[in-house]
Amino acid sequence: MINAVRSLGRRGIETLWRGGVMARFFWLVITSSTMSFRRFSLTIREIYFAGVMSLVIIMVSGLFVGMVLGLQGFETLQKYGAEETMGVLVALSLVRELGPVVSALLFASRAGSAITAEIGLMKATEQLKAMDMMAIDPIARVVAPRFWAGVISMPLLAALFSAMGIFGGYVVGVALIDIDPGVFWSNMQAAVDFRYDVLNGFVKSIVFGIAISIIATFEGFDAEPTAEGVSRATTRTVVTSALTVLLLDLVLTAFMLRGVH
Amino acid sequence: MRTAYWFNATSLSHRSNTANHIFPLNQTNSTPLVEIDDVNFAYGKRPILKGISLKVQRGKVVAIMGGSGCGKTTLLRLIGGQLRASQGRIMVDGQDVGTLDADAMYAMRRKMGMLFQFGALFTDMTVFDNVAFQLREHTDLPEDMIRDLVLMKLDAVGLRGTAKFFPSELSGGMARRVALARAVALDPMLIMYDEPFAGLDPISLAVVGQTIRRLNDALGATSIVVTHDVVESMQIVDYLYFVSEGRIVGQGTPDEIRASTEPFIKQFVHAEADGPTPFHYPAKSYADDLGLTLPKGAA
Amino acid sequence: MERKNIDLMVGLFMLMGITALLVLALRVGNLGSERVTATYNVETHFDNIGGLKQKAPVKSAGVLVGRVTNIMFDNDKFQAVVTLTLDRRYKFPKDTSASILTSGLLGEVYIGLDAGGDDKELQNGDKITISQSAVVLERLIGQFMFGKAAEGTADKQPEKAESPTAKPAEKKAKP
Repeated sequence: MINAVRSLGRRGIETLWRGGVMARFFWLVITSSTMSFRRFSLTIREIYFAGVMSLVIIMVSGLFVGMVLGLQGFETLQKYGAEETMGVLVALSLVRELGPVVSALLFASRAGSAITAEIGLMKATEQLKAMDMMAIDPIARVVAPRFWAGVISMPLLAALFSAMGIFGGYVVGVALIDIDPGVFWSNMQAAVDFRYDVLNGFVKSIVFGIAISIIATFEGFDAEPTAEGVSRATTRTVVTSALTVLLLDLVLTAFMLRGVH
Repeated sequence: MRTAYWFNATSLSHRSNTANHIFPLNQTNSTPLVEIDDVNFAYGKRPILKGISLKVQRGKVVAIMGGSGCGKTTLLRLIGGQLRASQGRIMVDGQDVGTLDADAMYAMRRKMGMLFQFGALFTDMTVFDNVAFQLREHTDLPEDMIRDLVLMKLDAVGLRGTAKFFPSELSGGMARRVALARAVALDPMLIMYDEPFAGLDPISLAVVGQTIRRLNDALGATSIVVTHDVVESMQIVDYLYFVSEGRIVGQGTPDEIRASTEPFIKQFVHAEADGPTPFHYPAKSYADDLGLTLPKGAA
Repeated sequence: MERKNIDLMVGLFMLMGITALLVLALRVGNLGSERVTATYNVETHFDNIGGLKQKAPVKSAGVLVGRVTNIMFDNDKFQAVVTLTLDRRYKFPKDTSASILTSGLLGEVYIGLDAGGDDKELQNGDKITISQSAVVLERLIGQFMFGKAAEGTADKQPEKAESPTAKPAEKKAKP
């Protein structure tokens, strides 16, 4: 029993310590970022692997989520005679919450784990050390472009997720349930505020992008240079990213809600 | 336009050292290129090097030999500045490596080339791009000139035909030779080899060995080879150091080593199973481990 | 060749993402509908604005002619001061009245303008003097209950007034 408590304490201290190391790593990445922008082709290549390759999963998931929202919402709204506000339900849920959060979780699992595995493997095969010995800073050349690629891709993916979701809701509402399309859009436009909803969702997705990218790159860079080490690091990326995204979502939502009329 | 420097890989003749190098060497300087002076190093609490001192003269190929885990690779890391010694000095070309700041360290590293144990080629780019990497990052040379230089380096190791391949498509020996070409891309003054012979077939062994020697002489560089392959090293090096348990236990030219009667060197060179380097890892007595009681008089 | 492909895909990706963002902002949100036109401001006082909020629509004859841009409290008169920003294309006479209405039973609150007959028109900074406050449900119920109670006592009074006149009529009929 005492041992369990002791190990919990030890785990807690380790997590805190790792968080500190990650913060320092974050600072290193930011200060080594000039190469990522001066030689933007490096970052473009990483945007391809992180963003473009995630397009299919993001857009298909967005479509399905939107359609499900439409169906579920319709069933409940029907009881209050408010089926025509289904578009509002779908749009607000997606733009404020589900768009940024779900696409962040998907991005972390797909692109985040890939980045961790790639960097971890480079570490395990001594490629990072070789680069260091060739007088090229591996953080500037390998890590920073991947970080910025994640930060740039995330809001775009979140927007695509929301857009596909709204389209999915439209399909369900107008095609399946026979809601008038004009009413669908006009209700939605009246309820969704640019500054409060769309912009907040955008800000959320950027914050999530930063969090996921730094976690993914750090875990890869810090992985033990063995096969098990890389696999553990990949798992850690997905789990830590998911928890961090959800925690940040809570904090940001609470923070943003205060600004209501 | 900088004068390109031609390296004829097929002949064994030594080119003169008056070619224009990108980084000029001081050939008449007789001080050792690398001087390690009473260096201590420990990984955490485990001491690896306990008072090592050795010198590497310019233009020579020097081997550092010893059993596995004796600290040979650590020595290379210390020379390259990737690790810092807890005590002692490491001088490279007159500069104390331990006192250099980040920029000076990187400037120093541009004059060094390192071949890692399994090549450490960048797996996401072709062989050509691997060798061209340092040229593209550190020089402003135009692409056609880089192309010529890269093909020359690849030709020197006999792999010009693999330029478009990816590292995953190469065999172990070929990957290591490409890594060699990459290590000498900038004509460094010091080339370090970490176990270049490990795991190679006899033909590749001979090829790599001869390439190390030829490259060293043609570039007018200095080479340090960390290895435990006795046969191959004795054929190509000018001087050997033997490391055991963190200390230098023997040194000399290949002839001196062959004639040496010092027990450690003798065991190593003649590949004897037991001697100063014990066969058995320290453990309790065999009888105790098996739970036997020996009859009186038995060993 | 591979480089060019990658650049193309990344460019397409960023284009798609930005388009999605624009779609969300303009088509789904209400950014596009707020067309920037010339406007002028007009003030009104209300005793009670009910559920009126900022950015609430101002309609006349059911058509959107402006927005509520500011709601403040007048500490001297203890009234609500509402600033309406109206589209410059639409001119209203000086004796226009402003009422706070609800669209539907549970819908959003908006201000309805009823044009008067004055020759002179409202200019920037003018005041609408005739205003009708919001209907607050609780007060309505209170009034209704109070009204019902008042009706009950009024019924009893006319009964008492009738009886004294009835008796003298009977007395005259006897001899």
